[in-house]
Amino acid sequence: MDTALALPTWRANLAAIGALMARSRNELLRVPAAAIPGVLAPTIFFLGLNGVFGALTQLNGFTTGTYESFIVPISMLQGAGFTGAAAGVNLARDFEHGWVDRLLVSPAPRWVLLAGTVLAASTRALIPATFVLAVALPLGAGWPGIDGLLVTYLMVVATAAVAACWGSMLALRFKSQSAAPLMQAGMMALILTTTAYAPLALLQPWLRSVAEVNPVTEVVEAARQGFIGGVTWAETWPGIVALVGLLGVLGALALREMRRTAV
Amino acid sequence: MSQLATNLRVVQALGMRSVRQTFRRPQLMAPIVIFPTLLLAIQTGGAGGAVNLPGFPPVQSFLQFMLAGAMMQSLMLAGNSGGIALAVDIEMGFTDRLFAAPISRFTIVLGRLVGTAALGLLSALWFLAIGLIFGAEIHSGIAGALIAIALVTATAMAVGGIGAAIALRTGNASVVQGLFPLVLVLLFLSTAFFPQELMIEPAKTIAAYNPLSFVVEGIRDPIISDIDASELLSAVAAIAGIVVLGLVLSARALRHRLRTG
Repeated sequence: MDTALALPTWRANLAAIGALMARSRNELLRVPAAAIPGVLAPTIFFLGLNGVFGALTQLNGFTTGTYESFIVPISMLQGAGFTGAAAGVNLARDFEHGWVDRLLVSPAPRWVLLAGTVLAASTRALIPATFVLAVALPLGAGWPGIDGLLVTYLMVVATAAVAACWGSMLALRFKSQSAAPLMQAGMMALILTTTAYAPLALLQPWLRSVAEVNPVTEVVEAARQGFIGGVTWAETWPGIVALVGLLGVLGALALREMRRTAV
Repeated sequence: MSQLATNLRVVQALGMRSVRQTFRRPQLMAPIVIFPTLLLAIQTGGAGGAVNLPGFPPVQSFLQFMLAGAMMQSLMLAGNSGGIALAVDIEMGFTDRLFAAPISRFTIVLGRLVGTAALGLLSALWFLAIGLIFGAEIHSGIAGALIAIALVTATAMAVGGIGAAIALRTGNASVVQGLFPLVLVLLFLSTAFFPQELMIEPAKTIAAYNPLSFVVEGIRDPIISDIDASELLSAVAAIAGIVVLGLVLSARALRHRLRTG
């Protein structure tokens, strides 16, 4: 009897998720250049936004003296958004090349296939986040403390998972890399229509209204708190709730698309 | 039919093909319209309070100030997208078939550039329309709008020349696509998004010498104030410099491609 067939279901599922994550890791190891755009884009945004909008901290209402501290968590979350959306683009590419068809005829449940993609994206998101942080700290971003750093990384990893669910849902719907701009623009809009550039009170009225109802605002505030002050549970739990909610909704939609996908 | 008329027909046909290609491929269209529009909205909404900073030039609104930056971003990415599309044509052998046709080789490049210029024109119209819809005034009126449109169209063609040169030299779409971050760097290091006096070093110093700053100020000037001949001349000179650079690089890359195949 085949060893894989003898495995209990949960172990077989874990093995399949592990294999999909290993495939993503191998892609990265074999073509490291493929990771460069995902790392460069948020870093350029960090350096660019800081150089351009740094003077905004002179406005009354800014709670930090350095724009580096204010903007670095945004760039880390942007990196997570790009990485998660890229997972959707890669899934669309796999569709075009017939790889997904082979996955779909495997005995692995659909949720396992989705989980492999999403968890791989979450893990990969650590690379741009760490790179941006390594650039930002010497340039003047405040040290967030261990607790602040842990909260920020939790937000980064979960945001990448949300973005991967969003990207996978679109990839499964359109089955074409042509949907890539929609995947990236969607995450960009979600992350930037928050308090990304300035505190809520300083946003223009229309953006303030959007930011107030955008759940990612809570994620941004949770990720930012360590960089501009102390970490509190009151600032952290709304971010966690927002991400759990987004993961629940987008994960369910992606899974629905996965189940509707016929071979 | 005279040789000139034939060449013009080729340029027109290839230009139309280039525009249609962009509209049919979301990957090419998104950087030209969707991303700059999204960033314009978010930066205007997020950093709109900047107009209250001491030293910010007198403007009606931050949206009015940002229109030139959005057009600049759009045309730069149109130039990049044009280069990507040309590289794809080279990879797929379409350009080789054009080289074998009894037409001037420069019309092949010129056709692509005319397409990029047309996209620049559409971009200028799009962002001016957005500005007007959301309350921004064009301070210098119709004349100012026409100047902005002309500068954006010319710059799109000029930047497209550099994209075409890189596409001809490398023949690889991935390489041209890899210039995308560089485009963003050049934009951030110019006055596209903020007044130079209020930028942080070293971006402030670099922006003072970045040719894109001269172009963007030339586009912005008639939108936020009266037409200033010196700003306009500086922009035209900067565009001329980019055109010359693009022409030289394109000619060399074309010769290299024809020699090496």
